[in-house]
Amino acid sequence: MTTTERIPAVEGWFTTSEPYTLIGAKCTACGTVVFPPRSGSCPSPDCDGTDLEPTPLSRKGKVWSYTENHYAPPPPYVAADPFEPYALAAVELEAEGIVILGQVAKGVMAADLSIGQEVEVDLQVLYRDDEGVDHWIWTWAPSAPKGAR
Amino acid sequence: MGTFRPERREVMATERDLVVLGAGMHPWGKWGKNFVDYGLVAAKAALADADVAWRDIEFVAGADTIRNGYPGFVAGSTFSQAMGWTGAQISSSYAACASGAQAMQSARAQILAGFADVAMVIGADTTPKGFFAPVGGERKEDPDWQRFHLLGATNPAFFALNARRRIDVFGDTVEDFALVKVKNSKAGVANPYARFRKEFTLDDFAGSPIVSDPLRLLDICATSDGAAAVIICTPEYAMKKLGTLEGTVRIRAVANTTPTYPQIRLELPDIATDSNAVVQAPALGFKDSIAHNAYEQAGLGPEDVSCAEVYDLSTALELDWYENLGFCAEGEGARLVRDGVTALGGSKPVNASGGLASFGEAIPAQAIAQVCELTWQLQGRSDGHQVENAKVGLAINQGLFGHGSCTILSV
Repeated sequence: MTTTERIPAVEGWFTTSEPYTLIGAKCTACGTVVFPPRSGSCPSPDCDGTDLEPTPLSRKGKVWSYTENHYAPPPPYVAADPFEPYALAAVELEAEGIVILGQVAKGVMAADLSIGQEVEVDLQVLYRDDEGVDHWIWTWAPSAPKGAR
Repeated sequence: MGTFRPERREVMATERDLVVLGAGMHPWGKWGKNFVDYGLVAAKAALADADVAWRDIEFVAGADTIRNGYPGFVAGSTFSQAMGWTGAQISSSYAACASGAQAMQSARAQILAGFADVAMVIGADTTPKGFFAPVGGERKEDPDWQRFHLLGATNPAFFALNARRRIDVFGDTVEDFALVKVKNSKAGVANPYARFRKEFTLDDFAGSPIVSDPLRLLDICATSDGAAAVIICTPEYAMKKLGTLEGTVRIRAVANTTPTYPQIRLELPDIATDSNAVVQAPALGFKDSIAHNAYEQAGLGPEDVSCAEVYDLSTALELDWYENLGFCAEGEGARLVRDGVTALGGSKPVNASGGLASFGEAIPAQAIAQVCELTWQLQGRSDGHQVENAKVGLAINQGLFGHGSCTILSV
């Protein structure tokens, strides 16, 4: 890994140093977890909890579904020029009972994915801003090396 | 799914079931005119159909559009001013794709509360080309902004995640999805209000580019300009006007429903589902509950439905609705389209209007257009795409951020 500081494209949703994990919020009253992290009130209608703590989520999950975008999304997405198709995966974290969407690691396409496949959190550059600063985002990367699958 | 057994209230309409006195639309298309212009055409058409004067409308329920500046946000008063101020009571509703149904609910509640006898429900839109993007500005706290900025998760991407599940879990094929478009486009040819009046075949799909795998451009509904309006009233008002209630179209249900925590199905525009680790998921999923609540309100069940208008934002989503509506068990939706059950002439025609496949979506007008279509179907006025002997019509859709809506009409 690099020692350069990684600027997250969104603050507080994932760690920027290894081990990379997504960060949810956990209600201190009932223990329910929510992602993206939030504050103020537990999402459960039956819980009066107002104290939610940041909590690292499972690094690994199973693909719930996936797709591959063939057209550049409109702003505020910062699309590469020329646009390169990329895959998205919705991944189920078993312990948390939650499905989280993310881009799939660059180079891994829909044809490389299947439902139930194990993937894990990694980071990649989402976009480079006008000042040349890279902004990082979490991705879902197949757990096993490509050749091994 | 497929097991709705609502407690029967009464099979026949009651005095609480309001009357759809008239319906009117501006054809769907893409002209880029002021949305108010379209709305005026629909409003006047609905008034003429109802034989009611604009001055007699006591309540105006506008469905809002968020892409047309301030007038779009206050649609109730915008249309009232355009028609000429009369001092009527108003409401303006935004609920994404369910905005039209929310306006229906607003007018219906106002009348049922006894504050008005006759109301207009109206929505119109002008849409930009291409993907639906969030409205401008950097709004880092807005989940809609976040999913575009951080993930590039467009609406078709969400439709595609759902379609992929159908393929891998239920064994659907991309050809099944295409059959939905083939069916809807065929019905839409005869609908003078539809934007695309061209019949598509399976062969057309081979040349259609992939947008979000496995969905092609032809699988995904376009965005359109359009307008729709209905005039609704108390049975007493209709009785005075018509001398009889026989043959009138009655509003049996307008159910606007939120999910129940935890919502464990990934839905637009959310980046994640709720967690079911601590709190168990409800027996009925969100989309099932939208239909269930309407069936309960109406005292009717899926077996009573003659025809349905469902939100086919994508072809694959239409198959979901068959299951959510209880027309078949979960995972069996594709069989209904393969067997022609949901085609015109089948036992459960769905989207006899041509659906969004033939219209493209004009957001605030679309749920009202569904009601217009059902009204005309129940009145036997849908030349060329008429469902034989239609008695009960159902319209269902789902607005972003957990705004489900379902309307049931009967004659």
